[in-house]
Amino acid sequence: MILDIYSFSTLTASINKELHAAMAPWLAVLTEFVLIGLLFLLFYAILGLFLVYLERKVCAVMQNRIGPNRVGKWGIFQTIADFIKLITKELIPIKNADDFLFNLAPFIVIITSFMVMAALPFAKGLQALDFNIGIFYIIAVSSLGVVGILIAGWSSNSKYSLIGAMRSGAQVVSYELSVGLSLLAIVVFSGSMQLSTIVESQANGWWIFKGHIPALIAFVIYLIASTAEINRGPFDLAEAESELTAGFHTEYSGIKFAFFFLAEYINMFIVAAIAATLFFGGWMPLHIDHWEAFNRVMDYIPSIIWFFGKTFFIIYLIMWFKWTFPRLRIDQLLNLEWKYLLPLSLLNIVLISFVVLMGWYF
Amino acid sequence: MKNSEELKTFLADLIPFATIEEGKQHLEIVVPLDKWHETAQKLRNNDRTPFDYLISLTAVDYLTKFMVVYHLEAASTHELVVVKAEVENRDKPQIDTVSDIWVTAEFHEREVFDLFGIRFNNHPDLRRLFLDEGYGFPLRKDFKDEINIIELSN
Amino acid sequence: MSDEVIKNIIVREDEDYIINMGPQHPSTHGVLRLEVCLNGETVNYLTPHIGYIHRSIEKMCESDTYKQIIHLSDRMDYLSSHMNNEAICLAVENALEVEVPLRVKYIRVALDELSRIASHHLWWSAFGMDLGALTAFFYGMRDREKILAIFEESFGSRLLHSFNTPGGLMHDVHPNFQKHIMEFVHYFRKKLPEYKQLLTDNVIFHNRTKGIGNMTRETAIAFGVTGPSGRGSGFSCDVRKTAPYGLYDEIKFNEILHDKGDSFARYLVRMEEMEESLNILEYVADNIPEGDFTAKMKPIVKLPEGEYFQRVETARGELSVYIVSDGKKFPYRIKFRSPNFSNLFVLNTLAKGGLIADLVAISGSLDLVIPDIDR
Repeated sequence: MILDIYSFSTLTASINKELHAAMAPWLAVLTEFVLIGLLFLLFYAILGLFLVYLERKVCAVMQNRIGPNRVGKWGIFQTIADFIKLITKELIPIKNADDFLFNLAPFIVIITSFMVMAALPFAKGLQALDFNIGIFYIIAVSSLGVVGILIAGWSSNSKYSLIGAMRSGAQVVSYELSVGLSLLAIVVFSGSMQLSTIVESQANGWWIFKGHIPALIAFVIYLIASTAEINRGPFDLAEAESELTAGFHTEYSGIKFAFFFLAEYINMFIVAAIAATLFFGGWMPLHIDHWEAFNRVMDYIPSIIWFFGKTFFIIYLIMWFKWTFPRLRIDQLLNLEWKYLLPLSLLNIVLISFVVLMGWYF
Repeated sequence: MKNSEELKTFLADLIPFATIEEGKQHLEIVVPLDKWHETAQKLRNNDRTPFDYLISLTAVDYLTKFMVVYHLEAASTHELVVVKAEVENRDKPQIDTVSDIWVTAEFHEREVFDLFGIRFNNHPDLRRLFLDEGYGFPLRKDFKDEINIIELSN
Repeated sequence: MSDEVIKNIIVREDEDYIINMGPQHPSTHGVLRLEVCLNGETVNYLTPHIGYIHRSIEKMCESDTYKQIIHLSDRMDYLSSHMNNEAICLAVENALEVEVPLRVKYIRVALDELSRIASHHLWWSAFGMDLGALTAFFYGMRDREKILAIFEESFGSRLLHSFNTPGGLMHDVHPNFQKHIMEFVHYFRKKLPEYKQLLTDNVIFHNRTKGIGNMTRETAIAFGVTGPSGRGSGFSCDVRKTAPYGLYDEIKFNEILHDKGDSFARYLVRMEEMEESLNILEYVADNIPEGDFTAKMKPIVKLPEGEYFQRVETARGELSVYIVSDGKKFPYRIKFRSPNFSNLFVLNTLAKGGLIADLVAISGSLDLVIPDIDR
């Protein structure tokens, strides 16, 4: 069992208790909302800056370069400098653009990524919303981001943007299916859609080990499909810079561009976090049945470190293949989904149901 | 160049109206202007050496006349001939296009039209290639541009 | 003539969805504008618009001496600047019947092949980038740097060396020239497998290039597509073989020919050409004889009256220079038949019916250098 000293539930419960003691119940809940909102906002900003820095360093390693190394030691303040540059840049108005939608689009994109974050279990007892339909909520909300991209492409009054947006629409709608089906695999295994229950169900081993072959298939499909869903290389057709200059955000500048940019990185984090939670046990330490001593040692590592460790490992995987593969073509991309991934994940669901029915998993 | 005598006699049979002479490097054929299109077709579609690769197409301004120069190679045997056609009328220079024979000529002819002002009859898309409409023809020897060209005295 | 202004306006259908790729666009590699008419993502037709970087080099040459022209020719295909120089030098040397020292011939071949590899490096980098493999760019540049260091050591310049002069070379090469070439040959032989891992064997890369932009041998000849692009279609057009110049008739090397004619074939031709160039370099660097670095030439070169035609093989295809001399120190007319000018216009034929992504893959595989098109 995970050590209670690393659990955040006592901390959150005591804050809750204090607040309720100090003020009226509705005011206490409102204060909690505001506090959590602020906390997420802060986390969001720090995470965005860190991910951009990480990507630049990882890509530099892949490309025999050093990467950012001027601003601060090892260039750690580089992204902050970039961010300041982006805020101070002029927001260029576009002639004949639909102003309302043009300005709305970045917010839609960034709000959806914000909303998904609420359901993620970061550590034991550290989760803003613990639905009983957590996975369903995540799938539903995360696919709203494409609306923002479509609006951005449509309202920019630019042909490159429009092509990028259309590509993105086709891509996200297609790959949504595979993402959903591969997540369904774990739902079948654990028998619950609630993220905290799924994590608890991995106390005696992560699903990627317990579920052996079908879980592995589901994980690979999830990794491919989710990378496509967040428009990252080698599936970055929506912003294929050698074809469409910058795709749907060609016309955006300054902070509005930064919103798209940030949302893309946060989405990468979310995708990795979901994979870590469902396949790699989330904040659950590595436990192996009947190895009591080993399990005790693993328990001494705080749950929040487990969660972020796993998440960043998957982020590294995603970055790795972005920086090694060429980009697919749009028809090949759709072929991959409809002809290979989707039938495979449907078969996989049947296989998993069978495995679960026969009890052939650990 | 080997076989050049043989090629010369063959060409003399093929295009009797042209003057063929041994140049410093290659065979040089001078073709009368009105027979040019027919000659081009014969050079391209003959059984011995079809000159199917148009290396270069250009013109030279001799102040009294234009000389349109074609460098042709047979892609199979790598024999090279230089074909020239004189355009005497300098005010309204015209020559038949060969873009229907060698596709690449379409763009080389556009370049020559752009820089020399030689019209190519029956050309499918004779527009200026580099310069604006109404600009002069800079590779003509009498082209004057007082702003951009600084004349050097010999 | 000038009073008759020709207006030729392209009339379009209402449904045509035109996008302008360029003059500033990441995949046109310079100031080329492609007017692409799309149907969805499919290319209906495209019209190249050129002339954004036209410097009228041919006109400028008419008031320059032959030694000055060398420096202008660098600026056409800046990646094959050595070959461009050599074309003029050879034309002048042939016209004056000057015999250049053997050492010069060897060094020229070495530089030819070094430039060819460096140019193919840049093409490989940029082609990878066109297809979205950004890492390829840095691998290519890393190895190109080694060649540029050799150039810099000997000529003091990295890109536009203007190192040739009629009759020989500007000055002798650096004493380490041979040693560094051999070092590079060994180094690059070791690095070539990385190229294979990163792009050549990649499945996505195969999907993106195989069967894309099919060019038959007839099309290649009709459009005058030369160089690796032409040889990918089985058009034997390597001037080093068909009209040998310099030392090329004495050196043993293979002309690389592929007959598929798609983007991948053009890719393979260039990759194999790099290996072939390494072999030539190995032979040449071992055998550079001692001797003068230039033949005796008059300070001002005057060509006898007549016409001279010289062809060389640059990294992109056949460059021919056609000089008309009237016996003065300036050429009467000089014409550069640049390989890219002919190679560009086949793009419409190849890209028609494909997707935008294919268009990028095709134009990347043709390896266009825009200043060479415009001159």
